[in-house]
Amino acid sequence: MRIGLFATCLGDTLFPEAVKSTAVLLARLGHDVVFPPEQTCCGQMHVNTGYQREPVPLVRGFAEQFGDPSIEAVVMPSGSCAGSVRHQHEIVAERYGDAALRSGVAAVKAKTYELSEFLVDVLDVTRVGAYFPHRVTYHPTCHSLRMLRVGDKPLRLLRAVEGIDLVELPEADACCGFGGTFAVKNGETSSAMLQDKMRHVTGTGADVCTAGDASCLMHIGGGLSRIKAGTRTLHLAQILASTRTAPYALTEAAR
Amino acid sequence: MNARETVLGRVRDALALSGTPEVSVPRAYRTGRTLPDEERLALFVDRLVDYRARVHPCTADRTAAVVAGVLRERGARRVGVPAGLDPAWLGAYDGEVREDSADVPAPALDALDAVVTASAVSCAETGTIFLDGSPGQGRRALSLVPDLHVCVVDLSSVTVGVPEAVARLVPERPTTLISGPSATSDIELERVEGVHGPRTLDVVIRTDV
Amino acid sequence: MSSTFLGMPAAPPRSPYGTGNLRGDRKFPKAASGELRNEQLRRNLGKATRSIRAKRLAVTGELPDWERLRDAGSAIKTETMNRLPELLEQLERKVTEHGGTVHWARDGVEANEIVTRLVKETGSDEVIKVKSMATQEIGLNEHLDTQGVTAYETDLAELIVQLAHDKPSHILVPAIHRNRDEVRDIFRREIPGVDPDLDSVPAHLAAAARAYLREKFMTTPVAVSGANFGIAETGTLSVVESEGNGRMCLTMPRTLITVMGIEKVLPRYRDLEVFLQLLPRSSTGERMNPYTSMWTGVTPGDGPQEFHLVLLDNGRTAALADRIGREALNCIRCSACLNVCPVYERAGGHAYGSTYPGPIGAVLTPQLAGMHEAKGDPNSSLPYASSLCGACFDACPVKIDIPSLLVELRHQHTERSGVTAEKLAMRTAAAVMKRPKLFTAAQKAAGAGRVLAGRDGTFSHLPPPFDSWSDSRDTPAPPKQTFRSWLASAEGAATLRAAAEEGVPAPGPTGAAGPHDPEEQR
Repeated sequence: MRIGLFATCLGDTLFPEAVKSTAVLLARLGHDVVFPPEQTCCGQMHVNTGYQREPVPLVRGFAEQFGDPSIEAVVMPSGSCAGSVRHQHEIVAERYGDAALRSGVAAVKAKTYELSEFLVDVLDVTRVGAYFPHRVTYHPTCHSLRMLRVGDKPLRLLRAVEGIDLVELPEADACCGFGGTFAVKNGETSSAMLQDKMRHVTGTGADVCTAGDASCLMHIGGGLSRIKAGTRTLHLAQILASTRTAPYALTEAAR
Repeated sequence: MNARETVLGRVRDALALSGTPEVSVPRAYRTGRTLPDEERLALFVDRLVDYRARVHPCTADRTAAVVAGVLRERGARRVGVPAGLDPAWLGAYDGEVREDSADVPAPALDALDAVVTASAVSCAETGTIFLDGSPGQGRRALSLVPDLHVCVVDLSSVTVGVPEAVARLVPERPTTLISGPSATSDIELERVEGVHGPRTLDVVIRTDV
Repeated sequence: MSSTFLGMPAAPPRSPYGTGNLRGDRKFPKAASGELRNEQLRRNLGKATRSIRAKRLAVTGELPDWERLRDAGSAIKTETMNRLPELLEQLERKVTEHGGTVHWARDGVEANEIVTRLVKETGSDEVIKVKSMATQEIGLNEHLDTQGVTAYETDLAELIVQLAHDKPSHILVPAIHRNRDEVRDIFRREIPGVDPDLDSVPAHLAAAARAYLREKFMTTPVAVSGANFGIAETGTLSVVESEGNGRMCLTMPRTLITVMGIEKVLPRYRDLEVFLQLLPRSSTGERMNPYTSMWTGVTPGDGPQEFHLVLLDNGRTAALADRIGREALNCIRCSACLNVCPVYERAGGHAYGSTYPGPIGAVLTPQLAGMHEAKGDPNSSLPYASSLCGACFDACPVKIDIPSLLVELRHQHTERSGVTAEKLAMRTAAAVMKRPKLFTAAQKAAGAGRVLAGRDGTFSHLPPPFDSWSDSRDTPAPPKQTFRSWLASAEGAATLRAAAEEGVPAPGPTGAAGPHDPEEQR
């Protein structure tokens, strides 16, 4: 399958390891990974903060970059960016776009997937040959859980990882408090939510807290780093790309 | 322009601005359910008990004995009944029975220890009894002010679910839905039985009617 | 002028600024800040919302057709809004036919005047009240007070709030922010003649309220209520409650005055079969609430012999005029969205400053009362009081897409706010990101910023407005290489080539069956 990889602006800039792992994983599964070079950002932050005119060029850019019909699927290691493409691009296009943009957005939306749903639903695999001999707890991010409805797909992938000690996160479905600019505009409320999430994460005794979104992991990880907790954060793709021959070394920086 | 015309005009303007999205109501939820008597009874009893109502299943010929037993056990000496209640139901009771009438001021009902009424319809799945002011049920104040309500329910009037019960109601009648004794969850969201309505609810279910 | 004359629809007005209880005095982050430091409040709210969440999940989970009921509820409400003019006229006709009198109120001020006049006509200077969001919204009690009429709240939680000279903080349980010990103290202090040794057992507290209000129920000739539903087809009004205070108010007085928002109408009596399932299970987590009263006009010899229905607009038509925002009018006031909201759970209801707190309040309040950007209106901060986690949408019995409404209201707010620093920043960000070359340059600049990071490779302090973030979170410094530069490098190309050649690794020498290996294998 010819897969268009969307790195996401955050992944590309701050968390390249998560994107590398995604690319490696898809390549191992025998797929042709292409990276449209002009890609940048899906515009999620703009729309969620109330700006719909400003991201029009970003929405257009995304549709153009991934509109190529030879790209059979657009895959990204982010539930919230996939949610943005699938649910918000058409809002922007309807309101401020033209007919061409609307049809471009609709075409791309139909083939856009978050990594775990692409693996399980489209490729029909849960066992990707991963090896990760560590204690791990999984935080289902809000947009993966409630916008994309990925359900237990990430957990099915994790359960199939060799050597993993997967422990359940109490009150897993509670938001970590990130919410993009929410964490800045309502920093104190966001912090209060983060404290509870960290209490649950550290309570599991896990070495690693994983999720399908680098943004939420940046939030949780930033908090864990501040309190010098023993648990670090790691993107789901990085666990899935870790193998016996190329194991992820937990001693290196968590990202 | 008066307030009525203004508000209605605004509503029309609002709809002209926002449009009226096409919609049809999908009633794919469960309706018209039935269950054998025994299962309906078991479900109804389970739900009533869950709300701390006391339940007394019996056959119709035992109505008077069971009603009298409940009233005696609860220490009720003065009992109000609606004018249309079958007098035989209080036949075995040896306390004072006061028949309600419209000229009794509602606050005077506070002097009653208990009230005995019939019921219109019930819903098993939620443990709800519907009163509709028919002759055997009386006016609403009568089944509200006394602290003990003994309610007689015929199993034939117990439906499985809410839609089946609502279908049997007469909309224009003053209707009261009762699911257990009065309760509140206002303190720490913990359910506590017994506030302003009857603090005790005894349900006599006549299984052969 | 209405469309009847001009053919051009006019945007209906919001609730008049400065009236009623639809606006706080501080923006949400500031108001929440104080509440967040109140440990007692956090504990009370956490305990209460956790308990109600579990109950709701249990009773909604036991209905196999729960989702179908939600679909029906949502569609009925949409249909209602579509047909609102004819339904309101039908309701009016039916109520009148059955001996009631219908009044129309353009806003809260007018509704307050109508109710006051009706109360005065009875000669009473006291009214008993059933908990009602609409009368709280318009500040009826405060208005009656200025007119020499005392209103007694009879719902236990409303009574607690009233006795404590406090404000409600929850739609269903207005005193949710108080625990049992606090309630005991309030009762001991405020209820005349109460047992000075009253303890904090909830049953005893409820008994104290019963004793206190009994005489009021027996003697007060006028009651004021709200309505959960008004059936257009039959003219039937309905109040859903638990304690019996509603039955008392709806039954004992001579005169009943019901204030109902125009959006509470339902087309058919049959529609109750849906909402009598959705509402109790979503709100108190019960299969059915203890008491529901339904009445149609006046019934000779039973209950109030005089009945007035006040139909209230107060900004509802302004909300209805919004293609997206009007969905908020579908709300049946169950409060499930409050109970699942992580923001509400931490900040509490008072932080929203409105009668309607929580997620639904954050979308309803600004629509009813406006966001008045130019005045620095606290309401303009409400659409941002959410992490958009979506728990509210999942819990809503009528499927109101609250996250989408929040995003829409944020958009309306930014559109009306003129040019702000934030807008400029957003424009700049978009301008950079739409040009890949600029974006790459910006990434490089960011990467260069890593030299400013601490020894652990993170930033622990950021400048405003990001200081509220960095107060409790470290921020990673950008790594040396972005993904795209890695991919373009020889290393990137080689890695991907190797991965393709390698394929999916086989299970290790110990086989697939590790101690924590999955039951599921493909």
